[in-house]
Amino acid sequence: MNRKNYTHPNPNPNYTSNNSMQSLHFIQALARINRAASKPTTPSCRTKQIRHAAYSSMAYTSGSRRKWSRALLIRLRQRQRLRARRLLTVRRRVRIVTPAMSLPEEPARAETLRRLVPGGRSMEYCNLLEEAADYVQCLRTQVQLMQSLVDAFSS
Amino acid sequence: MSSRRSHSRHSNASRITEEQINELVSKLQMMLPDAPIRRNSRVSAKKVLQETCSYIRSLHQEVDDLSERLSELLASTETDSAEAAILRSLLMQ
Repeated sequence: MNRKNYTHPNPNPNYTSNNSMQSLHFIQALARINRAASKPTTPSCRTKQIRHAAYSSMAYTSGSRRKWSRALLIRLRQRQRLRARRLLTVRRRVRIVTPAMSLPEEPARAETLRRLVPGGRSMEYCNLLEEAADYVQCLRTQVQLMQSLVDAFSS
Repeated sequence: MSSRRSHSRHSNASRITEEQINELVSKLQMMLPDAPIRRNSRVSAKKVLQETCSYIRSLHQEVDDLSERLSELLASTETDSAEAAILRSLLMQ
């Protein structure tokens, strides 16, 4: 999925083609989860699957264009592999710790933000701010999407 | 902000970067939930970062909550709204 990274004037800044791609990915993932529901799944397991699908569709939509989405995809796949190996064990949340790149000119700023944005530890401060803005945008879209689905299902 | 400038060794490079950073920080500020209220006042970068952190945390929490609700709703079979039926059929494919 290669998208050229260009901006064009958008009449409605709230709706972008990225949003619809994100919605599509998420709904497809939900469909997969629903189809696989013939296997006995506990509610908490299904919740985790849905949560995984949410972050997965976010990351997949931005793909390799963003550092946070690359880092998130890696983290999700590692978690999935670990979960597949031990299906029944209750595991602590897996932290994949990457060593922070040493930045000789700037001290590491915004520690908390680095922890919250996927892949944030090894970003330069400038990139971190940009990635954080994009990450927040994607998160917001995902939350709006999920809220719309919940509203549609519960009306 | 000016104190940071006096510490910089490469003055030209960091002056350009300072402007970029200010721009990015104000861009972040505009994404925060109470941006329309705050648009005219100048908020410190530190505050913007703090609020961004708490906003990201709250968004993560919302994703968790909504995942749980979606999980319950997908599992339940009682619904008689047309929209829900359409969505269900979409998800059944």
